[in-house]
Amino acid sequence: MFSENQSKRYSRHFILPEIGIFGQEKLLKSSVLVIGAGGLGSIVIMYLAAAGVGKIGIADCDEVEPSNFNRQIIHSPLSLGVNKALSASEWVTKFNPDVSVDTIKERLTAQNIASTIANYDFIVDCTDNFETKFLINDACVAAQKPFCHGGAAGLDGQVMTVAKGSACLRCVLGSAPLDAPTCAELGVLGSVVGVIGSIQATEAIEYLVGKGEPLLNKLLVFDARTMKFQTIKLKPDPNCSACGR
Amino acid sequence: MVKVNGEMFDAAGKSVKELIENKGYSLSRIAVELNGEILLKSEYDTTVLADGDSVEVVSFVGGG
Repeated sequence: MFSENQSKRYSRHFILPEIGIFGQEKLLKSSVLVIGAGGLGSIVIMYLAAAGVGKIGIADCDEVEPSNFNRQIIHSPLSLGVNKALSASEWVTKFNPDVSVDTIKERLTAQNIASTIANYDFIVDCTDNFETKFLINDACVAAQKPFCHGGAAGLDGQVMTVAKGSACLRCVLGSAPLDAPTCAELGVLGSVVGVIGSIQATEAIEYLVGKGEPLLNKLLVFDARTMKFQTIKLKPDPNCSACGR
Repeated sequence: MVKVNGEMFDAAGKSVKELIENKGYSLSRIAVELNGEILLKSEYDTTVLADGDSVEVVSFVGGG
C-alpha cells in the first residue's frame, strides 16, 4: 500500500495511536479546501501537506506583497506579485509529491462557493475578513460540510469547528461585524497566527481520521499576552438564520 | 458584585447589554458567557445580572 518513501515520510504518524497506518490511508484519500493562503492559510496548507492529505484545494485571489512576509511563510520573496494560491501550490508540489493541488485563483462568491466546496471533505476558513467568513459559514452549513473557522489579529485569535447540528458562526455573532479591525490596522504577530493556524490544521486532521474531540459547540480563544487559552461552550441558536430550523 | 473577566464590578441589576456597552465592547464581535453558559445575542437585553454572577466576554478577531 505504502511506497518505501511514504513509509519513511509518514513513519512518525504510523506509531501514533491516533493516526497509525489506517489513519494515514484515510488522510491520503482525503481532500481539504483551504480558503485564504495568507497567514493562517500558510500554516494550515503546510501542515496538511506534511500530513499527507491527498488533495488540497487552495483558494486565494490576491498577490504576494512585501508586507505579507512577517506571517505568510509559505510564500517567498521570489513570489512577489504572484497569485497566492499559485505560490502556495508550488510550495506544496515541491514539498510532498503525494498531494495533488487544486489552485483556485478566482474570488469565492455567493455564486461559485457551493460548487467549489462540494469537491472537498473538509473546509478550512483562513480568510482575513468577516464578510467572507460568513459566506463560508452559510455555504458550509447549507451543504452540511464540516469546516473550521479561524481568525487572528494583533496578539489574539480564535478557532471553532462547525459540523452538522453544531453551533455555527451566525449562532454566535448573528451577522458579520462591520467594525472589525484588520491586520493592516491592528498589526499582527506572525507566530500568533501560527498558533491559530496549527490548531486549525490539527482540527482538520483529527476530523479526517476520526480521532480526538473537535471544537464543536466550543470556541477556543487565545490571548498571546497572557498565554491564556479559554474555551467557551456554545449552543446552536434555534432561530439562527443559517442553521436554525 | 458581578465578576467580569475576573474583575469585580458593581453591575447587579443591570442587563448584560448595559454591562458590555458600559465596558466599551463592540456588541457585534463578542461572545458572552454567563456562569459558564453562552448567551445568545437575543438574550443580552433580557438577561439581568445578579450578585455573584460571573461573566466572561471574549472578542472575535477577523484577520487571517
